[in-house]
Amino acid sequence: MSHQGLPISEDETLKGEFRDYCIGGVLALLLTMLAFALVAWNIFESWNRLISLSLLAIIQVIVHFRYFLHIDLRKSHRDELQLILFTGLILFLMAGGTVWILWNLHFRML
Amino acid sequence: MSSRHPGINLGDTDPATHQVAESVVFGFWIFLMSDLVLFALLFATYAATSQHGLAGGPTPSDIFDLKSPFIETMLLLVSSFTFGMASLALKYRQDRGRLLLWLLVTFALGAGFVAMEINDFVRMAGDGQTPQQSAYLSSFFALVGTHGLHVSAGLIWLVIMVIQLFVFGLTQQVKMRLMRLAIFWHMLDVVWVCIFTFVYLFGVSQ
Repeated sequence: MSHQGLPISEDETLKGEFRDYCIGGVLALLLTMLAFALVAWNIFESWNRLISLSLLAIIQVIVHFRYFLHIDLRKSHRDELQLILFTGLILFLMAGGTVWILWNLHFRML
Repeated sequence: MSSRHPGINLGDTDPATHQVAESVVFGFWIFLMSDLVLFALLFATYAATSQHGLAGGPTPSDIFDLKSPFIETMLLLVSSFTFGMASLALKYRQDRGRLLLWLLVTFALGAGFVAMEINDFVRMAGDGQTPQQSAYLSSFFALVGTHGLHVSAGLIWLVIMVIQLFVFGLTQQVKMRLMRLAIFWHMLDVVWVCIFTFVYLFGVSQ
């Protein structure tokens, strides 16, 4: 009998959750090694490398959210997910906007 | 109404605590999101000054090597995993000894991270790379230092939780505090992923 509000389909077991942490740990480890390898062995030219590094970081952040913080696309997780996405939007506007404006300013002042 | 929260959910293993934890953990999640906004602005400042705030001082590629950020990254990553093991011990085993063991391993890894970071900062200061040198170095120490302070706060929190485990045992309050510490700790690792990528790896690449 499942607890009130907890869907039966979410079969949380020690084995299942242990496997999740292991998957997350291994994926994070691989992504980290890959990112450091790109730089250590000078793989790719400047811009390609920066873009690859950014993509690896974004994937790793998603891995951490999924496997360590247990945020996924299940309906019962929507509140947290919406909060993350909204925060992501704010971060994008503030951090991206700052960098954009300062680059622009730098370009015009030269 | 949502019945799940970020981090480990006690669910059926402790339904009473699970029900109370829901709003408490969600509130803490909101704090963490606002903390991310703080980090994002430090990142934006860093990005801007690393290009045009050098003031004739050292450039990013002058001050970084890959070795110590790599070891620091590994320490923090493994500590995130060991905290996961602590969460599982909390949820399934109700076993204080096992939980304490994983918490202590996490503490050791986190302390190793902070010690390496302090060592890096001292070495940089010895080379004259202080925050006073340039806007770039100010923003570097502000960003990486803020993260280091968060990890240090997490370590203090860990010690307090270990003491509380001895004094109170695995009560509902202690469980909920550990669950919040867990998501705090995992979130710091997420921030560090951005730091090692955009500060260290980008810095060495330029």
